[in-house]
Amino acid sequence: MASLPGRRERAEEQALLCALVAAVGLLALVPLLRLLLESLAPGGNWSTAALQRVAAQPATWTATAHSLVTAFGGTLLATAIGATVALVVSLTDVRARNAYVFCFVMPLLLAPQVVALAWLQMVGPSSTLLRMVGLAPPLGSRNPLYSAWGIMLLLGVQYAPLVFLTLRAGLRTLPQELIEAGLAGGARPLVVVRTIVLPLMTPPLVAGIALTFVSCLGNFGIPAFLGIPGGYLVLPTLIYQRIAGLGPGVLSEVAVLSMLSGGIAVAGIVLQDVMVRRRDFRIVTAAGVARPFELRGARLPVELTLWTLTGAVLVLPVLALALTSLVPAVGVTLSSASATLDNYRFVLVEHDAAKRAFRNSFGLSAGAAIAIVALAVPLAYFVVWRRSPLLRVVNLIAELPYALPGVVLAIAAILLFLKPLPLVHVSLYNTVWIILFCYLARFLVLGLRPVASGYLQLDRTLEEAAQITGARLLRRLRTVILPLVAPAAAAGALLIFLTAFNELTVSALLWSSGAETLGVTVFSFQQGGDTPYAAALAMLTVVVSVALMLATLLVSTRLPRGVLPWQD
Amino acid sequence: MAGLTLERVVKTFGPHRALDDVSLDVRDGEFIAILGPSGCGKTTLLRQVAGFDTLDAGRIAIGGETMSRPGAHVPPERRRIGIVFQSYALWPHMSVAENVAYGLAVAGVPPAERARRVAAALEQVELGGFGGRRPALLSGGQRQRVALARCLVTAPSLVLLDEPLANLDVHLRASMEEEFARFHARAGPTMVYITHDQREAMALADRIAVMDHGRLLQVATPSQLYREPGDATVAAFIGAGIVVPVRVQEADGQGACRVELFGSTLRMRCPAHTRAGPAEACLRAHDLRVVAEGAGGFAVQVERAIYQGGHFRLELRSVAAPAVRLHLSAPEPFAAPRDGRLAIQATDGWVIPARAAVTPMRLVSNPAGPAGSPVSGDEDDACHAAPR
Repeated sequence: MASLPGRRERAEEQALLCALVAAVGLLALVPLLRLLLESLAPGGNWSTAALQRVAAQPATWTATAHSLVTAFGGTLLATAIGATVALVVSLTDVRARNAYVFCFVMPLLLAPQVVALAWLQMVGPSSTLLRMVGLAPPLGSRNPLYSAWGIMLLLGVQYAPLVFLTLRAGLRTLPQELIEAGLAGGARPLVVVRTIVLPLMTPPLVAGIALTFVSCLGNFGIPAFLGIPGGYLVLPTLIYQRIAGLGPGVLSEVAVLSMLSGGIAVAGIVLQDVMVRRRDFRIVTAAGVARPFELRGARLPVELTLWTLTGAVLVLPVLALALTSLVPAVGVTLSSASATLDNYRFVLVEHDAAKRAFRNSFGLSAGAAIAIVALAVPLAYFVVWRRSPLLRVVNLIAELPYALPGVVLAIAAILLFLKPLPLVHVSLYNTVWIILFCYLARFLVLGLRPVASGYLQLDRTLEEAAQITGARLLRRLRTVILPLVAPAAAAGALLIFLTAFNELTVSALLWSSGAETLGVTVFSFQQGGDTPYAAALAMLTVVVSVALMLATLLVSTRLPRGVLPWQD
Repeated sequence: MAGLTLERVVKTFGPHRALDDVSLDVRDGEFIAILGPSGCGKTTLLRQVAGFDTLDAGRIAIGGETMSRPGAHVPPERRRIGIVFQSYALWPHMSVAENVAYGLAVAGVPPAERARRVAAALEQVELGGFGGRRPALLSGGQRQRVALARCLVTAPSLVLLDEPLANLDVHLRASMEEEFARFHARAGPTMVYITHDQREAMALADRIAVMDHGRLLQVATPSQLYREPGDATVAAFIGAGIVVPVRVQEADGQGACRVELFGSTLRMRCPAHTRAGPAEACLRAHDLRVVAEGAGGFAVQVERAIYQGGHFRLELRSVAAPAVRLHLSAPEPFAAPRDGRLAIQATDGWVIPARAAVTPMRLVSNPAGPAGSPVSGDEDDACHAAPR
């Protein structure tokens, strides 16, 4: 076997492959295995004591019920909004689609805690906006969003773009002839949608719903802002309170709780798989751009409805947030005389933790983006072009930390790094490095997917042409492959940066003094009653996010299609 | 030395045998064309030789050194061959000169010599002065020439060309064919040229290997392939040959014989070992002519007469065996008789060598022949003469 030349090439490729597999295993699999071990064998001894303790606490089952209720409610609303908008945008001749998609998708890119904060500023007694127009409820009255209904509403608003994006991707592949055949058969447009479009779109729709359900279940920012004040706890906030209040001593109980929330998420994914597998949804004809329904006289009303919806769920809350960031103190009515930029000055210049948070979040997001892309380019090369079966499994494992609720990964990371690392005796716990580790694990798939689709759109003979001249794998990766997948990699890096920059779920459990993130700082300000500071900081993250998203539009022609969610 | 040897190479994709027991010997410096319809396995063959795929059985050697055998495989980067891809595969992020220089840089050639050799290679393909351009700004023919320059700059002793002209306009093909021929004459590498275009293959190659369904049907010079096809599939494929059933009456054992064709008798060329009995023969349209009734020809029915400028292409059926279609070119003026009946005569033909297996019997219209009933099942579509 080894008698033919080429051993060095094979060894090089094997070494790279092993390193990649080891990296993914370390990031994605090891923490989850550690968590599993802790919930079954706390402290290394097989024991069901922790399990029994958790099961005996009524709070466990209350939080589980709350989690399920809000996740179902949020998913229902997100599906109704997201599916409707996807159908209208894809199948009718509404104008300004690109601009609309950009705005509609934006809540997904803004952090849940920012959305929650913005909505809290739009309604409720302390709303600067309502006070300006004289509609604010009396001070002291309860904010109606501090309830299960509020959580469901905001989850629905936040994740409607997820349903929209998956269904829209499916509708792109729907051949126009299938719709025309229905119309030619005498069916009215709505009948065609009900009897042809929706049945064929079941797989993407179900996938979008499952994704939304899992995301609602794992969401921390919204129930933290809306549920904790009213004592309405879901699993992630229950875990947060246990850890924040009692420290690492309750780790084995918390491990069980996070396994519980991970288990529900997995059940959702499995259910989706079962639902879609039962029937044959294969579309046989070649793809065509389907936009067959002319709205004629109804076009303007439909467009107005769409934009009103976006105005209500995005523009008004952000406006309310912006106004609150300008008031000198909570409860002060905003006027040209009282408006001030002091809050911005405070968070940018004076407050040490906020300044550190900026540095940390920038560093963590940029570091995660670069490291993940550096990992994703060779990894996707093996997954897409070499199609090794081992890599297929690795690809699935890489999805786990993103698919499971963020608290699961955070608890797993605490368990993994609570004690100093063996051999080197360095502790990552209570440093930014543990947060970076979680970001790498959690957002790996955000980099992997765009890079993989970049490879799919490339002609592999470009690599083979380099190979035949004698260039070995590392050289090919550097000189030929990396430049060719660079646009997709850049898109992936940007997606990671935006997501990590606004992240709260993981860092809420892992932050320490000196290792604050922007999400944590906004949360702390809000919990401490410093809403104007929280609003100013949140506004700054909104500005950074929107600026980055807009910047990508300038280079959109160079990016592969369908990689950035806000580009239609 | 870079002869190429394939010994009983097998490659399967699931149940599909993409390469089925392929053996081929290409001499050092030879220009060989692999010719076949799309899906016949010729690209799989090229990828095997280049080393992009592993094989399931057999052996591939380049210059006498084993490159592939089951369980052992020299990676493409160590095979020291050149490829010109159908899609050109020029790197869009590099200039023309950088594309051409890549292989030299990999080989560690110092920059000054690299620049000199790149300039010389671009000069050879008449693209001197184009070095600074991006591939995207070039025409299809220019891109193909850059790809050729990139391939020849490292002076490989074995060059593979994968349908290099398939994406070019018709008028560009002739000039690129000339380019390939010049390159071969000057540098003298062994060249393996994959194509589905028999005109291209005949114009360029020393020998042509005809492939179908993953098998090599015949390897021969272009003239041999045309004049003496080895089986009915090759006969029908190359030059649109007409395959007809005949009965060999007498063979002289030296390449000539007397055969009976639909009741007429004529002399044909044949393999030396031909024996009397039923067989198939390959006729060419230019060996057929219309004769007067009773002048020694055989009766045909005119199906269509298609005017082709100066002559008619006549599509005919044999009256004796209506399943057998023939065609010939009749000069203008031509008027078909009212009943569509004509007598035609063949002046030359080639008795296709008998194969041990299925082929000899399947075209015989009379099932009472010595080998039994006609075999159906895996006849090739290219062979229109087969009665079903």
